[in-house]
Amino acid sequence: MVGTAARRRAWRRNAFAWLLLLPSLLFLVLFTLYPVAGSLKLSLYQADLGTPQPSYIGLDNYSRMAEDDVFWKVIKNNAWFALGTVPTSILLSLLMALFANKVMRAKGLVRTAFFYPTVVPMIAIGNIWLFIYTPEYGMISRFLEPFGLTGPNWLGTPDLVMWAMIVMILWKEAGYFMVFYLAGLQNISEELYESAKVDGVGAWRVFWRITFPLLMPTTLFVSIIALTNSFKLVDHLWIMTKGGPENASNLLLFYIYETAFSFWDQGMASALTTVMIIFLLLLAALQFFGLDRKIHYR
Amino acid sequence: MMKKIGYGFMYILAAVWLVPLVWTVWTAFRPKRLALSSSFSFDFTLTHFTHVWNSAPFNTYYLNTLIIVAGVFAIQFLTVSLAAFAFARVEFWGKSVVFVLFLAQIMIPADILIFPNYNVLRDLSLLDTKLGIMIPYFASAFGVFLLRQMFKTIPFELDEAARMEGCSLWQVLWRIYIPLSGPAFVSFGLVSVSYHWNNFLWPLIITNSVENRPLTVGLAIFAQSFETGAQWSEVTAATMIVILPLLLGFMLFQRQFMNSFIHSGIK
Repeated sequence: MVGTAARRRAWRRNAFAWLLLLPSLLFLVLFTLYPVAGSLKLSLYQADLGTPQPSYIGLDNYSRMAEDDVFWKVIKNNAWFALGTVPTSILLSLLMALFANKVMRAKGLVRTAFFYPTVVPMIAIGNIWLFIYTPEYGMISRFLEPFGLTGPNWLGTPDLVMWAMIVMILWKEAGYFMVFYLAGLQNISEELYESAKVDGVGAWRVFWRITFPLLMPTTLFVSIIALTNSFKLVDHLWIMTKGGPENASNLLLFYIYETAFSFWDQGMASALTTVMIIFLLLLAALQFFGLDRKIHYR
Repeated sequence: MMKKIGYGFMYILAAVWLVPLVWTVWTAFRPKRLALSSSFSFDFTLTHFTHVWNSAPFNTYYLNTLIIVAGVFAIQFLTVSLAAFAFARVEFWGKSVVFVLFLAQIMIPADILIFPNYNVLRDLSLLDTKLGIMIPYFASAFGVFLLRQMFKTIPFELDEAARMEGCSLWQVLWRIYIPLSGPAFVSFGLVSVSYHWNNFLWPLIITNSVENRPLTVGLAIFAQSFETGAQWSEVTAATMIVILPLLLGFMLFQRQFMNSFIHSGIK
């Protein structure tokens, strides 16, 4: 039997907890839940400059999207961008961490050198790298000049611009991922390495048999952040290429920005946002139901 | 031998990583007539900085960014402390459902909801206001999870002792939990401040006046106002003005920054 006193205490505890959560919930509902629902709804409407009053058109926006060459271009670009940045930044950050963990001389400077791009805003990075890539005046061109070489127009050539972006993002992200690996390395017990040394196991085998497997959780974790970032990082496009030339550097989030705020096609912008949300939810599902379980119950 | 080559390679890589920064600093301080010459000299000037500062309203941009960064963190401090306490120490009905709701913010960050959130802001009549820049970030699931972890490490005995003394749960939170969680608040603060100092797309979309623009948007508009290639000295000086505070902070408190960003992974 639950007494009335106990029930009243329970009721007060619940009310207290919900009061504590109320401020956060207010903003979460207003700026996460409601916008997601709003995107789903508006994606079923025609709402652009020609239609002041949104009208219901079912899935027309989605079928129009499926026929839109730019949309497929942007999806393809995003895939290449992810493929170009995720595995390479993981490899690079792992190398950085292994080095920054062991190095004796100038340890602080080395870590600073690798990490500082993390605290520089993407928009400033866009400015700096625009300066690096510009033909004639740019740093790369000026570096090649004494050798009698003229570099290509990195940002103006459709086949090259994505590579230029990928290199820049590697520079931006590798040091950030490095700190996760540094933390991971700290967690590996020194005894494992000592007993391997006693047994005379070579450095290469130690890496593949001890370090790499034990860093697996970090690697999976970093992959998820890197993948998510490949959808989120677009600020530099605004300053460097505006998605050009011929949409060769355009990415999904930037395309949403253009569709919404340059073309004012609100229905389409909502449909694109919905696609983005689906991508991110798939990524989260992968993390929570797939990879996470594998790591913990290994 | 292999090891030495490997180490040499990594030192070179670290040097390469510094090149963009060194090049930026170099160009920003170099007299214009020398900016495009390849001759080496130690000529030094501050004219680009004064020129930039006087030709665009950077003092307003600075003030705006400071207000935004401080405002966001002040409100986050409150919302995050309260919610984290509920998750860490109170058993209540619907806990797992609310937990999922918080996770949703991490899975679908405000960064990608630019268009629907623009509509929300328009409906609230907050377009082109500093409050509008800040408000989507007032709740932070990342902060809640970080603080919840911290609160859970605080011994329950302290809690009980305080309640024996007649403290309410509310007082327990303010007198025990928050003061003892300094390091977690520092971590959260550094990540939050860096994020909002650097945020660009959202403030770009919702502001259209100098009075409300933050530094990043001001920098982008300033840089776009020049013909390509012509004004590198000014653009690099302006870039320095924007990135310097965080960069200096990082150089001074390297360890704290790196430790804080380790937590930011769950964002």
